[in-house]
Amino acid sequence: MIRSEILKDIAPILRDQLVVCNIGLPSQELHMIDDQPTNFYMLGTMGLSSSIGLGLALAQDKTVISIDGDGSVLTNLGTLPTIANNVADNYILLIIDNGSYGSTGDQPTYAGKKTKLEAVAAACGCENVVTCQDVDTGKVLQEAIDSKKMTIIVSKCDSGNIKLPVITMDPVVIRDRFMKAVEA
Amino acid sequence: MSIDSKIVDDFVANGVEFVTTVPCKQLAGVIDEVETRPEIFHIPSNKEDEGMGLCAGAFMGGKRPAIIMQNTAIGVTINTLATLIQYYRMPLPMLISYRGELREPVACQVEMAVHTKALLAQMNIPTYHFHTQADAEELDNILKYTFMCNKPVAILTDANFWGGYGDQ
Repeated sequence: MIRSEILKDIAPILRDQLVVCNIGLPSQELHMIDDQPTNFYMLGTMGLSSSIGLGLALAQDKTVISIDGDGSVLTNLGTLPTIANNVADNYILLIIDNGSYGSTGDQPTYAGKKTKLEAVAAACGCENVVTCQDVDTGKVLQEAIDSKKMTIIVSKCDSGNIKLPVITMDPVVIRDRFMKAVEA
Repeated sequence: MSIDSKIVDDFVANGVEFVTTVPCKQLAGVIDEVETRPEIFHIPSNKEDEGMGLCAGAFMGGKRPAIIMQNTAIGVTINTLATLIQYYRMPLPMLISYRGELREPVACQVEMAVHTKALLAQMNIPTYHFHTQADAEELDNILKYTFMCNKPVAILTDANFWGGYGDQ
């Protein structure tokens, strides 16, 4: 499976949760598959999906899922110690690890070579790190939500993209409707 | 009252409940003070752009955030300020130690000091410069202004404000 197929697969699970979605194709794909006010689409700032999600989880009680990529986590690797040392049991970091920078033309990342993000997360002190294959992402994600324990999921999938339009929604509209959904 | 207590009192009085910090020698006292306050969730970050991501999330979760950092961090946060904090119109008070100004002992700090105000001006970030401790009287109004206009706002605090580095 490629990332967009995973997102399609898990969309019914994501629909009921607060989701912070990574810049570029992941946000565009989620927006096309199942646009919801509970989705916060990042239009810029590569690497900060996990940080925004953690801040959100620490500030309120609802479950928050940050959808990130291996390349974006590598961009902001300092996020993993911060997550490990500030446990929010309503927080799930879902790293869709296709071993490539998908939005920029599938250049390989180091996570697709020797670096194992699941091992990095564990070494940083993250306590619940689950590695799974693409087809099992929905099952693992639902288990993580039900466990009410902060969980890092590394879902291994194939590299590849679909053609789709950019998000033209105004950022303030995205933020405003998201904040209303957080409060609801 | 110490200047550290006064600053954190103003944060608390303005409803700031989520503070991220990247340390600086000059900010050590104020960071210690943040850590002692039960009203504030203190989360140290490893890099300032990461910290701004945490603040953005906390804001959307209903908490007023603030970041405490050195002016060198302006060099690593331009993109985050433009494409996250400003683009989505979020408030962010930035209490910044202004290294490389008068009474600075480390020459390299001057290299970012000379760019600091120019970069903030280029970003259209409202900027205040505290040079003496009396200047901190304005902090309460600066915080109110920040949360009124939903913008990042810079508060530069130089070595003179913090009382220098002792005998040099």
